[in-house]
Amino acid sequence: MFFGVLLGALINLNGSGHYIHWGFIQISVANLTVILLMIVVFVVAILIPFPKRKEGDRE
Amino acid sequence: MSADRAKRRRFNPDRDAHEWKGAYLPYDIVKEGFVALLAVAVLIVLLAVVFSSPDEPAITLKSWSIADPVDFAQTAISELDGTSATATYGPPYNTTPDAAQHMGFFEPEQWFGVHQPVDTAQDFVIGPLRTLPNQPATQAALNLYQSAPAAQQSAWTTAYEKAVANATAVHGRLRVPAGRYGPVGVIIGSLTAMAQTGGLDGTLLSEGQFYNTNYTKPLLFLADGTYLANKAQAQHLAGDQWGMMNETGNYPGQAWLWLYTMWYQVAPMNTSSNGDLEVWVIMMVLSLALIFLPFIPVLRSIPRWTHVYRLIWRRHYRELSLS
Amino acid sequence: MTDIPIGAVTTEEDRATADQWTARIRRRAEAAFPPKQLLPDRQPAFMASWIYVFGVLTLVSLTWVIVTGCILAIMGPSWWHVSSTGHFVNSLHLWSVECFFFFMVIHLWGKFFMAAWRGKRRLTWATGVVSFLVSVAAAFTGYLTQQNFDSQWISTQAKDGINSTGAGAFWNVLNFGQMLMWHIVLLPIGVTIIAGLHILMVRRRGIVPPFDVSPKKAPAPEVTTSTGEAAA
Repeated sequence: MFFGVLLGALINLNGSGHYIHWGFIQISVANLTVILLMIVVFVVAILIPFPKRKEGDRE
Repeated sequence: MSADRAKRRRFNPDRDAHEWKGAYLPYDIVKEGFVALLAVAVLIVLLAVVFSSPDEPAITLKSWSIADPVDFAQTAISELDGTSATATYGPPYNTTPDAAQHMGFFEPEQWFGVHQPVDTAQDFVIGPLRTLPNQPATQAALNLYQSAPAAQQSAWTTAYEKAVANATAVHGRLRVPAGRYGPVGVIIGSLTAMAQTGGLDGTLLSEGQFYNTNYTKPLLFLADGTYLANKAQAQHLAGDQWGMMNETGNYPGQAWLWLYTMWYQVAPMNTSSNGDLEVWVIMMVLSLALIFLPFIPVLRSIPRWTHVYRLIWRRHYRELSLS
Repeated sequence: MTDIPIGAVTTEEDRATADQWTARIRRRAEAAFPPKQLLPDRQPAFMASWIYVFGVLTLVSLTWVIVTGCILAIMGPSWWHVSSTGHFVNSLHLWSVECFFFFMVIHLWGKFFMAAWRGKRRLTWATGVVSFLVSVAAAFTGYLTQQNFDSQWISTQAKDGINSTGAGAFWNVLNFGQMLMWHIVLLPIGVTIIAGLHILMVRRRGIVPPFDVSPKKAPAPEVTTSTGEAAA
């Protein structure tokens, strides 16, 4: 039964899609979310400090 | 000589780099790769468990002809009289004059010619009906139609088109008002009935063979009607809805196609009969520009001008200023 | 004692096989990719940003695309329509593709803002862009071969674009069998080879150094067309 739950979707994305209309642009909420997430991840990746490495570091 | 010239060539900060002669620090790239492999695996499993994936069932000629027999019949008559989108497509399906897209003299569709031949009247209507056994009325209608002169055939199909525009469906059965369309009424009625049994799907796909994986004919027939297009429009998948980027339901689609589909929304491509070729040419030029970006002045200077690199390498610049 | 270049012909044995194709290829490969350069245990000190992980994230996403694709191949293209396990594997395949493009585009943005083509790294850049384009084609053939409504719509629409270029004469998006074989054989081989070349180029030249900000403090300018510095 657990496997059946695992295999089904917890959030059902089927059904009618939601779209944003802005001038001549029409974009789905899903695609807009993905694009905005990419921009956020890019900015965060650049801003978040990277762990310092030193000579003699054992990883 | 050329080595000296290379050495004397002026340093261009957007093309050249002073190779790193500073410190190297330990970094375990294999471990990094392994950690990334596990992290992405967890991410993918989570996404699959939470969201699953879409699977809208395919429509068939059977489901179409049952759901909307009038649209099916209207499409069928256009296949028979050669006025459908496929019948008038030109290469690669047939040799309709002036149908191929072009930009000035550039007409690759025409140059490559017909390599997926489709004769809509024969392949979509007459051929499939000829495979039906024990249908004397249908075979007689086909014989009458095929033996008539072209002008007579045209008169019948034109009359049927006018009549079927006012057709109705009663319990899924096609009811076409009476008219002077000769054997065409029986032909299209038989084809609709054949489609409703599922026989047309199989016949169009198999093309007389047992095994086949080429769905050209059933797909072209489906696309000539409005049933498929209306379903797509309802799901925001149509070309003028930025549909190329989209997926059914609320799933993310192909966001990476945003620029390709954008050109279909703007003039003159959005109304041009050569729009597909125009968009392809634009995208080929832009793709080549991206590949050859390192050679393109101004564009290749944007990274240096925008100073995002100062954030990426801020530790390096800080250590440099302290040293 | 002077350094002997890797791959140099030194021993009597080497001299005996010096003209062999095998020996020549091995020596050239060793010279281009010394083991410590192919699998370096060090990176330049300026590599200190999370933006650098997006290349490997793209690569591992591609790995999962291929693995999940292989599982789908074991059971055939119709499996996921009739089995909930198959549908789950299809979901893994779809989301690994979404992750692949997600990470790849961020990687592209990062490399652009670093002007990572500098210092004879133009081929690295070019192979990266071509990887992206071939990946788009591979994903497209995947959408075509889902065997559902999506495939029907995508194929009947895309045919117009492809036919307009003349390619539709022999590359028929309505031909499921042809598109499936491009999707599971030809395009994965193409993506893998081009991505592999891209990674070899990164190893050959090393990662691009930072822009000079203050020439007075940077090492003495030397107009160089040398190859990237190897790991120490």
